[in-house]
Amino acid sequence: MTITREKLGELYLKMAQTRRFEETAARLFTEGKVHGTAHFCIGEEATGVGVCSALAKEDLIAQTHRGHNQAIGKGMSLDLMMAEFLGKEAGYCHGRGGCMHIADSSSGSLGANGIVGGGIPIAVGAAFALRYRKVDAVTVCFFGDGATNEGAFHEALNLASVWKLPILFVCVNNYYAMSTHIGSHMNIEDISIRAKAYGIRGEAMDGNDVAAIYEATLEAKEYVKREGPMLLVLNTYRIMGHSKSDPQNYRSKEEVEGWKKRDPILLFRKQLAEAHGFSPAELDALDEAASADVARAVEFAEASPEPRVEDALRDVYAV
Amino acid sequence: MREITYAEAIREALSEEMRSDDSIVFIGEDIGIYGGAFGVSKGMLAEFGPERVRDTPISETAIVGCGVGAAMAGLRPVVEIMFSDFLAVAMDQVVNQAAKARFQFGGQFTVPLVIRAPSGSGTGAAEQHSQSLEAWFVHTPGIKVVTPSTPADAKGLLKTAIRDANPVLFLEQKLLYRVKGEVPEGDYSIPFGQAAVRREGKDVAVVSYGRMVGRCLEAAALVAAEGIETEVIDLRTLAPLDRDSIVRAAKKCGRVLVVHEACQTGGVGGEIVATIVDSEAFFYLDAPVRRCCGQDTPIPYNRNLEDSVVPQTAGIAEALRGLCGRKS
Repeated sequence: MTITREKLGELYLKMAQTRRFEETAARLFTEGKVHGTAHFCIGEEATGVGVCSALAKEDLIAQTHRGHNQAIGKGMSLDLMMAEFLGKEAGYCHGRGGCMHIADSSSGSLGANGIVGGGIPIAVGAAFALRYRKVDAVTVCFFGDGATNEGAFHEALNLASVWKLPILFVCVNNYYAMSTHIGSHMNIEDISIRAKAYGIRGEAMDGNDVAAIYEATLEAKEYVKREGPMLLVLNTYRIMGHSKSDPQNYRSKEEVEGWKKRDPILLFRKQLAEAHGFSPAELDALDEAASADVARAVEFAEASPEPRVEDALRDVYAV
Repeated sequence: MREITYAEAIREALSEEMRSDDSIVFIGEDIGIYGGAFGVSKGMLAEFGPERVRDTPISETAIVGCGVGAAMAGLRPVVEIMFSDFLAVAMDQVVNQAAKARFQFGGQFTVPLVIRAPSGSGTGAAEQHSQSLEAWFVHTPGIKVVTPSTPADAKGLLKTAIRDANPVLFLEQKLLYRVKGEVPEGDYSIPFGQAAVRREGKDVAVVSYGRMVGRCLEAAALVAAEGIETEVIDLRTLAPLDRDSIVRAAKKCGRVLVVHEACQTGGVGGEIVATIVDSEAFFYLDAPVRRCCGQDTPIPYNRNLEDSVVPQTAGIAEALRGLCGRKS
């Protein structure tokens, strides 16, 4: 399969936007401008960007708490994401959810979930609804390695398999469930073999190769429409801590440094230059565009009004 | 008017709604060929087919979660949890997902999900199949909680639940499934948050809901022979709660007894009492507001023990007499 030059540029730009978004968010934290938390996917950008860039608008995604790459991959607005991060009324959730609950019904995001594994059964329900309504679309459900130890994962994969639903389960394996290494939280090395227990296809691949992930997702989309669920495991690494309060006392500097050499953005930059004829100037221009987009998003978010306290109870119930 | 059972009334409401709205799907354990653990869905698989009446694995988390996701993606699912006790297995999906999805995403989604679940004791089903857990969910903003006490209410309230844009927990009363009552044919609905006055009286008001309403009416009839006129208020829904009817009855009678099957401590009864003493009704009280509720214990298996820990007609009558200063 040949990916168009335009699509390659888009993949790079979205990864650069995600990286810049999170670096900027981290800076805003240190400047004391943020009330709340965020979970950064620095080092994992290729997963959400690669998968979501292969989806159509009508395809649905269920995101994780570490899903800025998923949101940006699906085409969500940096302005509205940053406004949500800062808790502003203009944000996607009007400042009610923050980054951990970012959602956009118009771009097909069913929302990010703060409960590990909580979104998996929901994605199965959405996949059923799409099929029931005869919508030609797939649902993609993201979760981490830690979530595959939750009962919700097992119940949901089994149900999706029994009902043969068009759903792609994407496990972003960053080797750590918060601080606990995968070697201590499961007794298998390849998470994708968990698919076998439910009679569905399971594959594992390099989670830092955005182009390969994009292509694998295109193929997986057709597969799940035809054959039912699939589990795709993307092996990657979370270079930052779990959240802003992480002491990072559970892994070595050497391990982190080793993965930094496999930074998905650096790898893709090299690939674009060597195999696809992107010039350094072109790539720098994409980086600069990403920085400018995020700078504009911060400006937009900072200028946005706070939610009104009088509206605190809005949307507890639909009326 | 024709009489049908509470279970038949529920089936009729669900079937009528499914006939008129293709977006309603029905999901749960053994609801298909088996007809549901309590026979509520008997015959529905034959009428609506396996695409709309969907048997599931024994996976309560997946069942409720699937309902949440299907609702967010445009359907109006009705899910059945075989016993309300099993909601504990699916708590994340009920409390963190269904109840929060609208609010936390800033109103982008509606979750028109109905969770039907049989509730209550009295069947010798013991500790894990007999609980009355409504207070957990009344304490969870984002969910509505319905406790119908008659076949006619079961039909009308279920229609409202299905048409509501919010998650609704529809707590069916196990011991009422086989009870018959007059139920109008065809379409009607009963609004949420409107209590019903089941019996008029002026001496003492009983505030109750669900299966206990029938026992309150029996008790009211007993004490009526002794000259005590009891007003019986059936709340019908606990969230929303018809506080106006509670306050009105307290002001009218000056004496109030709150009756529920769920264990007393932390129960909905406390909120009912607080509703009275927080209001101007406080100044109309002639006696402390009393509760006659389930004891703070798991439900035991033995019939005598089981009966001893939940309110019975005689005990409710005794509490009414006590409130009115009468000795039995």
